[in-house]
Amino acid sequence: MRRYSAFAIAREALRFHTGWERAWAAPEPKADYDVVIVGAGGHGLATAYYLGKNYGITNVAIVEKGWLGGGNTGRNTTIIRSNYLQDPSAAIYEKARSLYETMSQDLNYNVMFSPRGVMMLAQTEHEIRGYQRTAHANALQGVATEFISPARVKELCPIIELSGPRYPVLGALWQPRGGTARHDAVAWGYARACSDMGMHILQKTEVSAVLQSGGQVTGVTTSKGDIKCKKLAIVVAGNSGVLAEMAGFRLPMESAALQALVSEPIKPCMDVVVMANTVHGYMSQSDKGEMVIGGGADGFNNYTQRGSFHHVEETVRALIETFPIISRLKMLRQWGGIVDMTGDRSPIISKTPLGNCFIDGGWGTGGFKSIPGSGWAMAELVAKGEPGALAAPFGLDRFKEGRFIDESVAAGVAH
Amino acid sequence: MLLLTCPNCGIKADETELHPGGEAHITRHGAGASDSDFEGYLFHRKNPKGVHFERWRHAMGCGKWFHAARATDTLEVFGTYSAQVFEPPNDLIEKIKLKRPDWEGF
Ligand SMILES: Cc1cc2nc3c(=O)[nH]c(=O)nc-3n(C[C@H](O)[C@H](O)[C@H](O)COP(=O)(O)OP(=O)(O)OC[C@H]3O[C@@H](n4cnc5c(N)ncnc54)[C@H](O)[C@@H]3O)c2cc1C
Ligand SMILES: [Zn+2]
Repeated sequence: MRRYSAFAIAREALRFHTGWERAWAAPEPKADYDVVIVGAGGHGLATAYYLGKNYGITNVAIVEKGWLGGGNTGRNTTIIRSNYLQDPSAAIYEKARSLYETMSQDLNYNVMFSPRGVMMLAQTEHEIRGYQRTAHANALQGVATEFISPARVKELCPIIELSGPRYPVLGALWQPRGGTARHDAVAWGYARACSDMGMHILQKTEVSAVLQSGGQVTGVTTSKGDIKCKKLAIVVAGNSGVLAEMAGFRLPMESAALQALVSEPIKPCMDVVVMANTVHGYMSQSDKGEMVIGGGADGFNNYTQRGSFHHVEETVRALIETFPIISRLKMLRQWGGIVDMTGDRSPIISKTPLGNCFIDGGWGTGGFKSIPGSGWAMAELVAKGEPGALAAPFGLDRFKEGRFIDESVAAGVAH
Repeated sequence: MLLLTCPNCGIKADETELHPGGEAHITRHGAGASDSDFEGYLFHRKNPKGVHFERWRHAMGCGKWFHAARATDTLEVFGTYSAQVFEPPNDLIEKIKLKRPDWEGF
């Protein structure tokens, strides 16, 4: 792999950009691999990358029914934060956030990580108490956050309306090293690095059955034929239930649509991410100038990547109250992704009832931020067959034991 | 927009009037059940990409619960029926089978 650098740009400028290589190869599937990963989203690709980098396992195929990064990884609003309440969540999300800090250098691919700061508004007395509690928990966990006053909120985000008629801004939980990154670049950067290690990224290859014998996984049937493997990793977000059915077990999970939208581009007016969980909306400004907007997920089971219009309306209504400046903006695009919601709204990184078959999913509305941490922990689980410290609390057994990681209250809504 | 006819009051309601209640016809395991049964009742869901039987409440209307059969891969609604039953009515099952010959059945 030829490295990207300022020198490479200069070199290519001198020869009319004829020397750029393909970022990743498009190989034909082999008959068998040590590890097959289903799903070339951020989590699947990161799992592959750390399998190679941390454990030297490179005889790996990443099987993707569409195009890489075309699932939720390419559909999300790219918020990165780690200000969770529970210790296991803070540990894995902070691991992920810290890996984002150096990801561009590590992958030699600009993922445009922008630690611009994330604030979560407190708009009720309960939220003030909840976020102050989270700030204290974060202090103990070593995650840098603070509870800030309305005046400081206004200083950091001048376009905000503090004295909204329904829900005035009473303060905020502020994580200065949270922010955003370019979602496609995260998938592309990992894909390029995986391909460079000799791994096979098989796009337009759909898995339709999980092959097994004697309680152990032996391979998968795909639209390009059967592929054998010693270990299988299911990393398919909203399609986890479909793959679990192929493998013969059920999950504590349901699939629903989550939507986002972007406005026409405008001049820079907001250099932080603002989330307003009580009124169900959040917003940031992309480098192109578009306002990136998201809200809550629909409540019913759905696999269509289309959500309900009234949710968009509710989100926009809430944000116009919080940011009156956007009331006349035109919205350019709106889309949906299928999110995998678990019983306690926390993810699953786990062994499964099928031997040598592992699952990473249930990241729901908030798993872009966790891609590197999840890949790191999942790679350890797949390589060793047993979870390490990061993954252990996220096993499927927690639902039987009642050992939930209850973040739904702490994290409010989406992402 | 999702439209469901409430079998209790007969009104064709759009989803802003309705509250989703998740998978229907789940066996309620209670005191004395095994850990696995209880876990399954509380958390394990079929979550199919296809025909789904589910519970809804006409929250902003008559306030009552009912059942619906819907496709999660197309958003097609096959029909709604009373909440007072343990499985979908036969005519509805036949209707779905006609539309989806590959469906494995209830
Ligand atoms: C609108 C929206 C906004 C969001 N905003 C945020 C945010 O601001 N911050 C945040 O942290 N998170 C956010 N999220 C959540 C985040 O996008 C996801 O948690 C994350 O991208 C999941 O990544 P993944 O790799 O697990 O799944 P995906 O990126 O969905 O990848 C799974 C892949 O598996 C493939 N696949 C499925 N079935 C098969 C099969 N049978 N055979 C082969 N391949 C298959 C799919 O095609 C897909 O490419 C948002 C999500 C949505 C939808
Ligand atoms: Zn009714």
